[in-house]
Amino acid sequence: MVTLQINGNEHHLDIPEDMPLLWVLRDVVGLTGTKFGCGIAQCGACTVHIDGRPIRSCVIPAAGLADRAITTIEAIGETPSGRKIQQAWLEVEVIQCGYCQPGQIMSAAALLASNPNPSDADIDAAMSGNICRCGTYQRIRAAIKQATQAA
Amino acid sequence: MDFERRLNVRKDGTAGSGVSRRNLLTAGAAAGSGLLLGFYLPQAIGAEAAEAATADVFAPKAFVRIDRDDRVTLIMPQVEMGQGTYTSMPMLIAEELEVPLDQVSLVAAPPDDRLYTNPLIGFQATGGSKSVRAMWEPLRRAGAVARVMLISAAAQGWNVDPTSCRAEKGEVIHGPTGRKLRYGALADTAATLPVPDNVALKDAKAFKLIGTPAKRLDTPDKVNGKALFGIDVKIPGMKIATVAACPVFGGKLARVDDSTAIEIKGVRQVVRLADAVAVVADHMWAAIQGLAALDIEWDEGPNANVSSADIVRQMDIASQNPGIVGRRDGDVAKAMTGAAKRVEAVYQVPFLAHAAMEPMNCTVHIQKDGCEVWVGSQVVSRAQATAAEVIGLPLERVQVHNYLLGGGFGRRLEVDYVTQAVRIAKQVDGPVKMVWTREEDIQHDIYRPYYFDRMAAGLDEQAMPIAWSHRVTGSSIEARWLPSALKDGLDTDAVEGAAEELQYAIPNILVDYVRHEPPGILTGWWRGVGPTHNIFMVESFIDELAAEARKDPVEYRRALLGKSPRAKGVLDLAAEKAGWGQTLRQGHGRGVSVQYAFGSYLSQVAEIVVSKEGEVRVSRVVCAVDCGIIVNPDTVKAQIEGGIVFGLSAALFDEVTIKDGRAEQSNFNDYRVLRINEMPAIEVYLVPSTEAPGGIGEPGTVGVAPALTNAIFAATGKRIRKLPIKDQLRSA
Ligand code: FES
Ligand code: FES
Repeated sequence: MVTLQINGNEHHLDIPEDMPLLWVLRDVVGLTGTKFGCGIAQCGACTVHIDGRPIRSCVIPAAGLADRAITTIEAIGETPSGRKIQQAWLEVEVIQCGYCQPGQIMSAAALLASNPNPSDADIDAAMSGNICRCGTYQRIRAAIKQATQAA
Repeated sequence: MDFERRLNVRKDGTAGSGVSRRNLLTAGAAAGSGLLLGFYLPQAIGAEAAEAATADVFAPKAFVRIDRDDRVTLIMPQVEMGQGTYTSMPMLIAEELEVPLDQVSLVAAPPDDRLYTNPLIGFQATGGSKSVRAMWEPLRRAGAVARVMLISAAAQGWNVDPTSCRAEKGEVIHGPTGRKLRYGALADTAATLPVPDNVALKDAKAFKLIGTPAKRLDTPDKVNGKALFGIDVKIPGMKIATVAACPVFGGKLARVDDSTAIEIKGVRQVVRLADAVAVVADHMWAAIQGLAALDIEWDEGPNANVSSADIVRQMDIASQNPGIVGRRDGDVAKAMTGAAKRVEAVYQVPFLAHAAMEPMNCTVHIQKDGCEVWVGSQVVSRAQATAAEVIGLPLERVQVHNYLLGGGFGRRLEVDYVTQAVRIAKQVDGPVKMVWTREEDIQHDIYRPYYFDRMAAGLDEQAMPIAWSHRVTGSSIEARWLPSALKDGLDTDAVEGAAEELQYAIPNILVDYVRHEPPGILTGWWRGVGPTHNIFMVESFIDELAAEARKDPVEYRRALLGKSPRAKGVLDLAAEKAGWGQTLRQGHGRGVSVQYAFGSYLSQVAEIVVSKEGEVRVSRVVCAVDCGIIVNPDTVKAQIEGGIVFGLSAALFDEVTIKDGRAEQSNFNDYRVLRINEMPAIEVYLVPSTEAPGGIGEPGTVGVAPALTNAIFAATGKRIRKLPIKDQLRSA
């Protein structure tokens, strides 16, 4: 049994030691907003926050995360930076198919929370782990900049 | 995939034969209440079209419903995969119906080829950049007819002349008295009225919604994790399966020892198929672990030694003989003999995977007397058909629920993964969701064909082309996917962009096609389809001719585009916006391409820099687009931007290579996708137009590779004749 704090709720789960957080979220807890894209930390679709920092949930075993604060896309709108990013994403019309976007938004929200005024180089560094096959990068950059302007 | 010609359908999407306007619409009361409008999506294929239309005259084909509560519901045959159809389709109906866009809601159409055929493709499919082109006319007409009927209903009630009434924002207003009635209050009466003939459609100048940047309707749920893709389906009691097919194409399963796998906690069952093994488990992790623990012996079959090198060698040999003619103007052989100079080149593009962000998946529940399928598919009716066939059920017993698609790009025009999921489900008690790993997704994709093209030109004294020959060699997608599209053996997709669409005025042209199927490897539609390879060949080769002539690449093209003002228009616009002709620093270069494909004209200028080590960096892409009337300009721009990124990934990095009968690539580590730090600045300029709308989902992908490689030539003098570019410049 492991106890996880997910989006402020406590979950007592009977899961294998080595089971990555991604599959715990999707297939056990039922939070499917976090996406599977590669399983090897190459695409960023599975990004969640652990104590506010962006982590690829496909390669991190959940069992080691007891008592850490796990935040997923379903709750990121409750944080100030998450809300600003979501808003900017809609204003700039970033999204196409949308499948990579939970991961993009989680990476961007973490960036904004730690760096209220990121440069292009900061954006590259924070976002280059997130692939978008629909090619929305230009708008992602624009939306992050727009979010920094939001009150 | 330009089906229009073959299906005898006019460019505006209306049937080219025998179907009168009056027969295109039916109306009646909706099941509960309100007005139900059925409109015909004109059936295709020449004589059959007329026949189908008369036979079916009273069966409505697709639906718009107006309820008493004012809601307008559109039953949507087109699927959403990021291209914005869930916004552009409601815009078409709302424009003529005079309702605000947010009053229109969508219901995904169930599978039914008779009701929801895409008239430009011939069955219920979303692809080929055809949604707006197919629905442009019928949806606006449906909206206009409904509006006229609602106005008549109001006029009757008020006992006034209908011409004294107008429709606005979902209400009918009587001009002289200012009386108003909402559509919802009129729908029941309207349903009893005859369907009017000859309703005029708005002039483009009067459009209020079409041409404005409408907000996407599908995006709010995509920022908070609520949007459901096929992979997110949850059915009570559902198990998760993941699968390994024989890594060698065409191979079979010989034997599997599952004794270790079945011991893993959460693993429920190991399913054996003829060519694959699946592990069924409580969750994906157990399924993945289980799969890794299997001891599998494959019967690799006849393709176990196939390699890319062999395939290319065979294509080279095949390409030396003439093929089926796709276009013949004048006499190329004779003109070549008389030419002052001859130029020849061989161009090649690789097998490509789609690598949609959402890996292939499908959920199936087979019960005693029926089957349910949950999937994201571009071809819902084919998904239904394959399930019915595998189980041996009549079509109507198979229910398909379509979900959002985490990228299509042509991959989800196939149903191989649906077939496989149903085969697995046949052996599983209860619902099962089959999810491919990324490795399975790349290694069992249905690849973009490898093409091996021979180009030749004969030049006159001024080095202008008087003869042009282009021989395409590659596998035929149409022969497998839509055999009826073949024209006397000619795969019209394989030559699309090179044959009839070639815009250059050259007196003698010969385009032919040699079909050559690589052993065991399935090939399919990939964003940009035929034009993606043909425009690369054509626009690279014309650049070679310009270099041969020592002329400016833009000027050289302009001189050949006298008969194509729209192509010249986009070329001039792109050149101007890109600052064509302004000097660049050492190591930098600009390259250009022009194309006509999917009914749209595009020109792209790429600006690049090559480092001393031979690394290419694309710094800027300027794209001018003339796609006729624009429904949603912001979506057009987004599609072009995304299409360019898709094309750049392929041009720079991507290929699937075959060794020992299997794909060598497996995940995003060796099948690279452009990342944000490699992203050029993309500028898209739209040409205002009143021509019929062209496609926009694919054109951006098409022309970026030649713009890029032509820029490399300008910067380094090296001509790239084989994609991807990868490290070709490093050895230089
Ligand atoms: S799924 Fe975790 S990084 Fe791709
Ligand atoms: S929006 Fe489709 S993968 Fe990013």
